[in-house]
Formats: sequence, C-alpha cells, structure tokens
Amino acid sequence: MQYLIREKMPFLLSCIALLLLACGSLAVGSYSIGFDNLTTSKGLDLFEVSRLPRTLALILCGASLSVSGLIMQMLTQNHFVEPSTAGSMQSAALGMLGITLLWPEAPILFKMGFISLASLAGTLVFLSILSRLSLKTALIVPLIGIMFGAVISALTTFIAIHFDLLQSLSAWTSGDFSGVLKGRYETLWIVAVVTVFAFIVADRFTLVGMGKSFATNLGVNYKRTMFIGVLMVAIVSGIVVATVGILPFLGLIVPNIIRRLRGDNVRHNLPWIALLGAGLVLLCDLIGRLILYPFELPLGTILGVIGAAIFLYVLIRGPSEVI
Amino acid sequence: MKLFKQDYHRIAGLSALMLISALLFLFMDIQGSLSYALPRRFWMLMTIMIVGISSGIATLLFHTITHNRILTPAVMGFESLYILIKTALVFWLGSSFNWFGSTILKFAVESSIMLGFVLMLYRGLFQKTEDLHRLLLIGIIFGVLFASISTLLQRILEPAEFDILQGRLFAKLTLPDPSLILLCLGLMSVLIGITWRQRYLFDVIALGRTQALSLGIDHSKAVTKILILVSVFVAISTALIGPLTFLGFLAATLAYQLTHNHKHYLLIPMAGLLGCIFLVAGQVILEHLMGMAGALTIVIEFIGGILFLTLLMKKGRL
Repeated sequence: MQYLIREKMPFLLSCIALLLLACGSLAVGSYSIGFDNLTTSKGLDLFEVSRLPRTLALILCGASLSVSGLIMQMLTQNHFVEPSTAGSMQSAALGMLGITLLWPEAPILFKMGFISLASLAGTLVFLSILSRLSLKTALIVPLIGIMFGAVISALTTFIAIHFDLLQSLSAWTSGDFSGVLKGRYETLWIVAVVTVFAFIVADRFTLVGMGKSFATNLGVNYKRTMFIGVLMVAIVSGIVVATVGILPFLGLIVPNIIRRLRGDNVRHNLPWIALLGAGLVLLCDLIGRLILYPFELPLGTILGVIGAAIFLYVLIRGPSEVI
Repeated sequence: MKLFKQDYHRIAGLSALMLISALLFLFMDIQGSLSYALPRRFWMLMTIMIVGISSGIATLLFHTITHNRILTPAVMGFESLYILIKTALVFWLGSSFNWFGSTILKFAVESSIMLGFVLMLYRGLFQKTEDLHRLLLIGIIFGVLFASISTLLQRILEPAEFDILQGRLFAKLTLPDPSLILLCLGLMSVLIGITWRQRYLFDVIALGRTQALSLGIDHSKAVTKILILVSVFVAISTALIGPLTFLGFLAATLAYQLTHNHKHYLLIPMAGLLGCIFLVAGQVILEHLMGMAGALTIVIEFIGGILFLTLLMKKGRL
C-alpha cells in the first residue's frame, strides 16, 4: 500500500492539477460561465460550442505534440529534435498553402491527409540530410533542422506573397486557439488515436533509439519502425498545424524536463510527458487569455517565449553529458 | 602576384556591375512625372545601398573575430535584439513619445542600448564557449526568444492588429524617413572610415587569438572594438529595412570565393560591394523582369538559407 502511495501519488496529484487547469480554461472568457448559469440555454450553448472544444483541443494538441517530440528524439537519437526543429511543422504549413491553392474545396479529411503527407515528405528529407552528414555532433542535428525549417518557411512565404495569401498564412500559422469551435476541432481526435498508439508501441521506439544494428539484433524491423514513427509524427504535426497552427518548442522542452526529473525510461515517462504537455499548453493559453483580458494573445507566441527561454537555459546551463 | 592582380580587376568589375545596376534601378521603366519618381527611387537606392554595405562588412568583421565563416551577426540574433529594443521602447514610453522630434536621438538611444546588451550577452559567450555548434544554436535560439518577445509586446500594444506577424516573417522595402537615411549614411561613413584604418589589425586578429596575442595585440580589447562596430552596422541596416538574416552571409561568403588574397583591404570593399549588388540587382530583376517587387528579401532568405545549410553540412567543424 505504502509503495502504491509513493509511486502513484505524484501522478495522481498531477492529474488533479491538470483537471483544475482544465476547469480554469473552461471558466475563463469574456462571457462568464459559472455553475449558476450553466443550466441556462445561453451559458450551455457557449460552453458546448466554444469553451469545451477549446479546452479539449488544447489538451489534445499539448499531449500529442509532446509525445511526438519524444518519438522524434528517440528516432534521431538526439534530445533536441522535435516537429518544429525538424521541418515537419514548416512542411505542413507549406502543404496547407498548397492545398488551399490547388483544391480549396477539398473535403476536410482529404486536406488533412494532404497536409500530413507534406509534413511526412519534409521530415523524410530532413532525415535523409541527416544520414548524409559526415560529422554528426549532437548539436548540429537541431541546427540543420532549424535551418531546413527556415528555408521551407521562406519558400512558403514566397509563394504566399505571389498569390497574395500572406495575411491568411500568418493567421493560419500563428498558433491561435481562439478560432477553435465545435465542428472545427474534431479532426484532432485522430491525433489522440495516434498518441494512444504511441503508448502501445513505445518499447519498439526505445529499441530503435539504441541504433540500427542493436535494434535489428533484437528482432525489430528497423526501417519499418522508423517509418511508422515518422508517419505518426507527420500525422500529428499535419493535423495540429492545419487546425491551430505552429506550436514551437513544445515537443522539445516537455520530454527534456521529464527526462531530467525522472530519467530515461520511455514507457514510464510517456504518461508524464502527455500530462505535462497538456498542462503546459493549458497554462500558457490561460496566461494568454488573462494578460490582456478581454483580448487574447496567441498561444504560439507565448510558447515561443517560454520555450525559447527554457531551451536556452538547457543549452547554456545544462551539464554537457546530457547533450 | 598575377592572381593578386586579378583581385583588383574583380573589384573594378564588381564596381562597374554595381554602377550599371544602380543606373538600371534609377531609370528602368520610369514613367509619369520624373520629379516624383526619380527622388523616390534615389532615396530607395541610397537605403538599400547602405543596408547592403553595412550587412556585408558587419558579417565579414564578425567572421574575423569568431574565426569562422558560419556565424553571422544576424544568425546570432543581433537583428532581433535591435527590433526587440525598438519595440520595448515603444512599449514603455508609449507610441506617442516623439523623442523631441529628433530621429537622431531615437536612433542613438536604441543603438546604445543594443550595444550594451551585445557586450553583456555575447562577449562572455564568445570567450567561454569553444564549441561552434553550441554557440550557433544558442545564438539562433536567442534570436527566436527576442523575436517572440517583440511579437508578444506588439500584440499587447495592438491586440486587434492583424498583420503584426508579417513583420516577423520578412523585411519589407519601404522608404524610411530621409533624415534617418542621411543619419545612417553619415554614421556608416564614419564606421567604414574606422574599419578601413584598422584593416591591418583585422588581418592579425584573423590569425587567431594565440597568434594575435603573440604578435602583441590586445586581443580582448580588439574583440570589444569589433563587436561595437558590428552592433552599430547591424543597427543601421535593421533600422532602415528590417531583419535580413542571410544577406551579409551571402556577401561575405562570395567575397572569400572571389578573392585570392584574403587580406581585409580587399575583403572589406568586396563584401560591401557584393551586399550592395545583391540588393540593387536583385530588386531590378525581381521588380522589372518578374513583376514581384515585394519579394526580394524573402528570395535572399531562401537562397542564403540553402547556402548556409550546405556550408554547415559540408564543413562539420570550421
């Protein structure tokens, strides 16, 4: 019993904290919803159409992106890779621009598929660049990923200027949850399925993370597992970018914080990573909604500040053996 | 010696190319009232020439103190830092504060704060960190951090403003205030004068810290001096146009390729000229041949980014 309390207590407390954050996220907004008017039709409507979808979308994006970051880190054996430092998210934005230009009336699932495919292509190009690298230091991998993402973004911006879509582009990619309403976020449940799948196959990724020969030796189909991992990351990045925009650094900082606190066991860390990711996103979103109440600051901007600050701290102060 | 002579010919050739592109920039497809169009084009030409020269030389000097050809002030976040300082000043003083009507005072305050921060943040970094990749990554993330804080502040200032993000996506060529152009021109001339007088010192610094010390140079004093020069050059180019991450990198990289003799008295004019030509000729080509007047800066980011990536991959360690 005592063992159970010591082991499970922190996780249980964190779950309660997440629940409280979620309640906060549900309660904050320019129309006040409390227990008193939740039963009125207007309160209920607003709750159902805007607040609940937004909170769910936040939790789904936060948890899935953090888990994707972890998958990327295992596949590349590098602690600083995540969808926004590997060109996955930037490629997804390019794909989004592409489908808007080519077939704007496409059904939503086709669009999501196309955007995920673009993200997959971008991530594979990044991985093939990496495999051609003669000297692979731990830090050159994210460097190349960031530069690769910047080049893709420049291409996207160029196309957007050409077709006069710049304003739409910056609106799509800003990582803003204020437009999340009932009927516009449901595709995010696909992301939830992918994340659950990640829990099931986590051990294989751990093996792949030990290197090609080691994994093959232990009976893992290296190429296939690698591809499945990249595909999962691409689906998550594609759908998240298509629904809310680019959320930078999330997949980088969350797994690194958990790794520092709890060590390297992937299977045990996964629930924590999902939990912290969701909590961090909920918290940042709440900050963004409260600083300038009733105006909102986009989540992507706030994450950019907090994420970059934490990343810098790890880079400058972190013990070198971690990197 | 024959090869070294070629360097002079190349500088002469580039100057001619520069002159032709400047004339094309001024007179190509000119329509309507000359008295309106010509002054406008002239001021625009001045602006982008100042920016080209400043970015080229700033990057060259930065390469000299850091002993490598990958790090550039823009990639290390200098430009984002300047924009952050500008935004923060508006944030604290209010947008109605007019600096007693003096552009010079505003620019002076902005660039001195920038200087302070550069010396505080980066000086120690260059001396402590040996690992190039770590330095580069720290610089890039510093840039992201500064840019995100600027966006945040801008959003707080104008929550309803829609195209704030655009400013972060790419630099726009708009005509700045003529008094600012003149100020930057004057300041740049002074800086170039100082740089030119120190050209032999830079040759020694480029040999590396140990060699420079044994040749009797106060290395850390020289580094501080160069960092000051670089900061003001960056402040000039960012104040006039905005962030242009890879222009200086393109200019400096090509300058090394085009000169056989890597002495600063050749590299400095070469880098300045090339920076100028990229902007002026690029604008002529994009505006008149491709009809995309607004896309120059983003094309430079794209090409420069690819070159940077290739160089980073090829030379694992510089």
